[in-house]
Order: sequence, then structure tokens, then C-alpha cells
Amino acid sequence: MKIILQNLTKIFPSKNKKSNDVVVAVNDLNIEIPDGTLVGLLGPSGCGKSTTLYMICGLQKPTEGKVFFGDKDVTFLEPEHRGVGLVFQNYALYPHLTVKQNILFPLQNLKGDQKLSKEEALKRAREAADLVQIGDLMDRKPSELSGGQQQRVAIARALVKAPRVLLLDEPLSNLDARLRLQTREEIKRIQRETGVTTVFVTHDQEEAMSISDIIVVMKEGVVQQVGEPQKVYDDPDNLFVAKFLGTPPINVFDGSVSGGSLYIGSEKVLDDVNVPDRPVVVGLRPEGFVPDENGRFSGKLKSVEVMGRDSSIVFTSEFSQKPSARAIVDSEAGTPLDAEGNVHFNLKRTKVHIFDAENGNRIRF
Amino acid sequence: MADKKEFKMKELNVESAGRSQLASKIVRLTITYIFLTIMAIIIIFPFYWMIISSFKTMEEYRANVPTLWPQTFYLENFVTAFDKANLWDLFLHTLLVGTISTVLSLIVTVLSAFAFARLNFKGKNFVFGLLMATMMVPGELYTITNFMTVTGWMPFASEPVSWLDFTNTFAVLIFPMLVSVFYIYLLRQTFLQIPNELYLAAKVDGTSDFKYLWKVMLPLSVSTIITITILKMMGAWNAYIWPRLVANDAAHQLITNGLRGASFTDQFGETNYPAQMAAVTIVSIPLFLIFVFLRKYIMRGVSRSGIKG
Amino acid sequence: MKKDSLKSSRDLKKLRTDIGSRNQLKGWLYLAPALLLLLIFSFYPLINTFKMAFQNGYNGLAIVGGESFTLGIENFKSVVNFVDFKLCLKNTILLCVITVPISTILALLIAVALNSIKPLQKIYQTVFFLPYVTNSIAIGMVFNAMFTRVGIGDLIETQGIINNILKIFNLGPYNFVNVGSSWGANMFVVCTYIVWNAIPFKILVLLGGLQNVNKQYYEAAKIDGTSKIRTFFRITVPLLSPMLAYVIITSFIGGFKEYSSVVGIFGEGMGPGDNGQMNTIVGYVYKMLPKSQLGNASAASLILFGIILIVTAINGYVSKKSVHY
Repeated sequence: MKIILQNLTKIFPSKNKKSNDVVVAVNDLNIEIPDGTLVGLLGPSGCGKSTTLYMICGLQKPTEGKVFFGDKDVTFLEPEHRGVGLVFQNYALYPHLTVKQNILFPLQNLKGDQKLSKEEALKRAREAADLVQIGDLMDRKPSELSGGQQQRVAIARALVKAPRVLLLDEPLSNLDARLRLQTREEIKRIQRETGVTTVFVTHDQEEAMSISDIIVVMKEGVVQQVGEPQKVYDDPDNLFVAKFLGTPPINVFDGSVSGGSLYIGSEKVLDDVNVPDRPVVVGLRPEGFVPDENGRFSGKLKSVEVMGRDSSIVFTSEFSQKPSARAIVDSEAGTPLDAEGNVHFNLKRTKVHIFDAENGNRIRF
Repeated sequence: MADKKEFKMKELNVESAGRSQLASKIVRLTITYIFLTIMAIIIIFPFYWMIISSFKTMEEYRANVPTLWPQTFYLENFVTAFDKANLWDLFLHTLLVGTISTVLSLIVTVLSAFAFARLNFKGKNFVFGLLMATMMVPGELYTITNFMTVTGWMPFASEPVSWLDFTNTFAVLIFPMLVSVFYIYLLRQTFLQIPNELYLAAKVDGTSDFKYLWKVMLPLSVSTIITITILKMMGAWNAYIWPRLVANDAAHQLITNGLRGASFTDQFGETNYPAQMAAVTIVSIPLFLIFVFLRKYIMRGVSRSGIKG
Repeated sequence: MKKDSLKSSRDLKKLRTDIGSRNQLKGWLYLAPALLLLLIFSFYPLINTFKMAFQNGYNGLAIVGGESFTLGIENFKSVVNFVDFKLCLKNTILLCVITVPISTILALLIAVALNSIKPLQKIYQTVFFLPYVTNSIAIGMVFNAMFTRVGIGDLIETQGIINNILKIFNLGPYNFVNVGSSWGANMFVVCTYIVWNAIPFKILVLLGGLQNVNKQYYEAAKIDGTSKIRTFFRITVPLLSPMLAYVIITSFIGGFKEYSSVVGIFGEGMGPGDNGQMNTIVGYVYKMLPKSQLGNASAASLILFGIILIVTAINGYVSKKSVHY
């Protein structure tokens, strides 16, 4: 089921009752989610991603704008008529029901010609349980399950009625690091097997990048960029997106363009920059550094962390916006130092992004 | 899912679903408000009837078709009420007994709760368990023997000891009910929430236990102390059975048994209901005031105990 | 100090009580006033009640005569065989069995309704909590006035407000509480009063429970298209079951100790014209007391204690089976 969000806006009254302030949680959001894709809504907390999810499932009504499922306008349809499955952040499994009863619960609500026989319902529940690999836990209570198992039950419960759309609210945030890795692969697999259009919300860019077909980066209620994860990473539209994606994060320096060349301080780090002369902000991906004794860019070496194949070179620069910058290089490349203890690099052109110093917009060159 | 193709989800029918969901929401809300309003009227009606009856003349009260608002406000009823039920005296007795009981009870409760919460001594847990167990016992079980005790029937004597007969004194209304295990429990729980580090710090500074209790623990437990005070005062206000048994003379009667015992019947055998309702109204007013202004303190105690006010 | 050097358990104990070690005496000193009073007015009576209950025919007047008593269960036999007590037992049990379910269900419905509205919620809430702090004797007198007819026979002047209201629905008039009124009519009035009086506490507890239920359970149910009724029975009630068990246990215990509601309505005569037909177990105990029937009173109070223990145990057993988590 294709989902279209059109001019979606959600305004909350301020928590402070006395003031007339409002909070714009989501601002004029336009996205089209193709059928059968896995989409990650990504952004720091408070960016409106959860609100967007709740508007897709119908628990919250938009202040303005529309939600379409296929070509049907479902903006004012109550959630029960939308045919969506939602997995809550803390799973919201009914504590008094067993796993089996929890999964059966949505099926027992079906009415009229959709009503299932007991055997049929049980069969469906079993299939859903097998899909998420909890077939042997059917008679346990939620309190007897680990976090990861509860997560699977919640997904099975959401999937059992074969929803048009599967929605997951921070699906991995309550799991420990090891389970998180495993579960995100699991979500990917389940989505592939069922082919259901899936939207999930996360503040963890790694999580979103690793499994999404499309990511939607949001900030303060406004969509910053939509696209395939690698494309968004390689070609960010603005400084926020560039900073938000990637571990270790992008290094940011103050620089300028002058006479068709990019300068950081007095060092001319890149030629053929086809931009009028102006001060800019330069983003350098950690993997964009090539150590070279005659490299054009330099910084004072702080430390070298060798991690097997790769090494991370930490250095300082008076033009860096952070106390230190980090380069990830091949361990065999070595660390070319000069007499003053400075390390020198050349830069890979595709890993250098420059942004408007005022508004952070990307300046392509 | 494997049966992805077979499953038949209902067509998205935006129009009809939208209409029906709005209609059912309106119906549901209407029913909810009607139900709540009817129940609220039932709940409030006795109070309403009590108050308007207290302003009616006897003639109006007895009218074949009842009036829902007094024709004239006949304030004489309140004078009669004070007169017939001796309300002033009853007020004074209750206030006296209530205040002394509360103060003494607080002292005993604070000391015990402190011992249970902060002091270490052998047998503490045993004694605490024993006290908790007595909460299960219905008070009626104690009343029989306590009645004997205060009337001077001692286990060692073969007949009542007259100098141990305390009936018709204020003391007998105060002491037997002074210790409430529930209050001790309530205050101990509050004390336990105060971090032990504070106590240890005070010890290091050489603060005495008593000073620590007085200067640190009590100020931090004010709201529980208020809760206990209110419940205890309300206890005196509402006490019926025990005062009725042991101190039912005019000089010591408390408000509730005084009210129940007062006669509003005139020489022709007719009950003066408006005056009776006036008396009941007067007795209820302090409770209303407590409810309006100090509700949150009562609620704190209530939700843990189930005792009625 | 090294771990190994702590040989005896006594050393360990010393270490543990370090700070409190000087408090042995102090602890008991702080407890002394409470313990003294409890000893005289709680523990001694508890033992003494057992003693009196198991001395055949124990009687205040007979003690004065210097008579001694044989041990046995005669008191219990005579109490149980006493017609009066059977009536009291029947009344008390009926009061419980009728009022507990009605007040619990009503309170549950009101709490759920209150929880589902936004405008006016606070006002309704205040109204529903109002009877919580009342004097049950005083308001019992109000109920009496509402149900009482004034006058006799043809000279009846007013049938009382309740009969007047019932007339709108073409019912009555009934003799609810006046002399000559039936046991059933009295029972109706007392039950009405007890239900009215019991509702606020229950709403308070249940509403508190409802507000603590995670809203996401309801959102999850809503997304699955669960009907309101199914949500109520399959989610709300099970999630509230600990609170429900609590109010049911407390109101059963309160119900078995019922006394003052009847006194409020009928006075100490415990029935219309002081005929005692609405008497309760507690009422029976207090009736025996001034008559110096101490053995019987003690036996009756122990029977009450036994009933309360059994009810609590049954409730505990049932709630273990049905309270879900």
C-alpha cells in the first residue's frame, strides 16, 4: 500500500496553559512512500517523527494536510478502519494475556464476513508466531519473556491481521546492543518476507541506514532530506543531514572559497571549486583523508587508534568546529608526520562537502 | 506472510466509516454524560434534601406534594436544633476529646514510627509483624473486654472495682483508642522514604536521635502528620459505638451519639424533621469543609487503608 | 578488618549493628507508650475474649456471685442456636451479598465513564467523592427522613420524598421504614444507603487504577479495531483486577462489620419500632454486652472474626486465580 503524506502539519497547544504559545510538531510534511518499502523516519528526539507515525496510524489527527493510503484519503478515518499494525516503543503487550492470546487478540475483533473460525485464527496466529520465531513461547505471559522476545510478540501481534501498513515506534530502543543488531536484521527479513509497507521511527542513524530502503531525515518538524540511505549519506542536502548521518561523524571546519579553490585557513585543500568567493563551512567525512607527507591539509596529531585493518587518526586544527577531528585511514598507510608533529593529508573530492556558512545549505561544486 | 495473497482485508471505505464513527462517538458521549448526570444526582440528592429540609417549616415539610425549594427560609430550625440536641456542648466535648486524642496519638505514633523506621534493636521485626497482624482483627473483639476494663471489671477481682470505673469520663474516650497501628504503619512508611544517609550524617555530627527526629524527620513528614491529624479528628467527630457504650451522659456525650440520641419528638409524639435535618446539616458542615479544603490529605491515607472517614 | 578474621557470627552481627548497637534500650523506650496501651487495650482483650468465649455460660453477673465456669463451646452453641443471632447473621450476609456487587459494578461503571470524558470531569469527580467524608449516623438519619411517611393511616400527610418520586413512575407508595414496615422494605432501604455510602471510596480507588493504566494498551486495542465493550471486558477489567480485588475485600470486611448504617436509619432499636429485625452481627454483640452476656458476646465476636478471616482467605484465593499479574 502506497502512503502519501501531503502538507501534513500538527500543532500542539503549549503545555503551559497560561501562554498562548503553540508547538509545531510537524510542519508541512510531504512524502510519498512506495508500496512494499521499508522506510525509516530519522531525527533527534522532538523532531516530530513519532507524531508523523501516529498520524499515519490515525491515533493523532493532523492539524492540516492529508494522509492517503493508495488513492484513498484516510485523514479522518479512525485507526481501526485503516488496517494498520503498530508496534509500540515499549510493546504494550497485554500483561494479563499469554503470548498466544496477545497474538490472537486482533483476530478476535474481526466482524462480519471477515470473522475467522477458531481453527483458522489459531492457524494464522501460529504462522505469525513462526514468522518471528517465537512458536515455542505461545503459553508464556509477557512478564516471562526477555525484551527481544516481547518485541517479536509485538511484531507478530501487529502482523497477524495482515495489515496494509506496519508501523514501528523506536523498535530497537529498549533492547541491549547485541540484541539490537540481531533484531534489526530480523525486522528487515520479516519485512522482505511479508512485503508489507513498513515505516519505523528511530533516532539512531546507524539503525536507519542499515535496514531502510528509504530514510526520511527530520529536524524540528521539517523534512530535511528523503532518499536511499547511501545516497543521502553521500550527497547530503545540508549541514544538519551531513552531521546527523555517519559514525564517526563528519568533521566540520571553517573555510572559504577563493579564486576557484577551497581553503581551510591558509591551506589550499581543493582545486577546481566552481563557486563564487565566499566563506563556507567544510564537511570532511572521516574516510575522505589520504595520508600523504606532501598533503595539502594538516593538523596537529593528538593520537592514533589502531583498530585492525583501519586506524583512526585524531588531530586538532584551529579551524575545526570541534576540539578534535578524526580521520579513518588504512592501517598500512602510516601516519606521515612533519617536524612540528603535524599530520598531512590529501582529500578525496567526493568526501568533501561545502555548506553555506549562514544557513547550512549544501553548495554543490 | 505466506498467505499474503489470500487475506481479505476490508476495502478502505472512507465515507461510510467516517460517518459511522462520528455518529457512534456522539452516541457514546451522550450516553456517558447522561449516565454520569443521573448518578451524580442520586449521589447529591440526600445532601440536597437534608439542606432544603432544614430550612422548611414543619407545615411545608409535611405538605402532601413536596416542595423542591423552601418557600421561606425558616431559620428557627437551627435554633431548635442547638437547643434540643445540645449541640454546643456536644461540639465542645468533641473538640476537647478530638484535640487531646490527636496530640497524644501523634506523640505515641511518631515515637513508635521512628523506632520502627530508624532504630535497630532485637525483636523489632517481630513486634512490627505482631502489630501488623492486629490490623486484621475487627475492633469489636476488643470492645467487649475494653468495656469491662474501663468499668472496673478486672481479671483479678471477683466484682467491679469502683475506683477503677472510668465510665462517663473524657479519659475513657481518649485512651483506649489512642494507638492506631495503621497510623504507625503510615508514618513509618513516610520515615523510611527519608534517606538513611541523612540519619548517618546527623550521627556523625553528633546530633541526638531525638533532635534528629524533631528537626529533620518531622518537618519532612508534615503531610503525613496532617493526614493523621485529620483522620483522627474525623474519628472523634464520627465515633459512635464506643462513646455510646461508656460515656453517654450529658456531660461527656460526643457529637454523633448525642445527635442520634437527641429527641426531636414533641409532646404530641410528632418528630420535628426540619429541626433534625438542621442538626444533621450542622454536624455535616465541618466534614464538608474538610473535604473541600483538605481533600488531598485524606486521599493519601484512604488509598492505602480502606478505612472510612 | 579482613574478611577472614571475622570468625564468629557474633562478630558479623556486631559489624552490622555498629551504629544501632547502643539503641537496644532506646528502641524499646520509644515504643513503650504504644506497647503499653496496646497491651492493655488490644492484646489483653484479644486473649480475654478467647477466654470468655470458651467458658460455658460466662456471665458478668455470675462473676460477681463468685461462680466459676467450665471450659467448652457452649457459648458458641447457644449463640448459633439463638433465633436473634440467626437473623443477625442472615441480615449481615444478605447486606454483603447484595451491596458489594452492586456498589462495585456501579463504581466501576462510573470510574470508567469519568475516565473517558474531558469536559466537566473535575466537577463530576468532586460530586462523586462527596459522600466519602460523611458521618454515617447523620446521613443515615437523612435517609430515614427521605423514606419516612409522616402521619398514620388516613391522616398521612406526606409519604416522604422517595414515595413521591416513585409516584412519578406509578409505583408505591410503600411503607419503607415506618412501624409495621416489612423486613424486605427495610432491607431495601439499608442496602440503598450502604451502596450510596460505599461508592465514593470505590470510585476513588478504581479511578486511580484506571489513570495508572498505560494508555498504549488502549491505543493498541483501538488500532486493532477492538469494540468498546470488548476493550472493557478483555483489557480494562483484567488490568484493574488488583484494584477490584482490593475494593471487594475491604467492602466485604466492612459489610460484615455493618452496624452504624442501620443505627443511622433505625436507631439502636435496629428496626422499625425498635423491633430489631434489621440487626447485624455487630449489633448482636453490642446488644449482649450491657446485658452482661459476656460469653455470648465474645463467642459472637469470634464468629465474626472467623467469618472475616474466611472471606479474606477466599478472596485471596480467588484473586490469586483471577488477578492476572
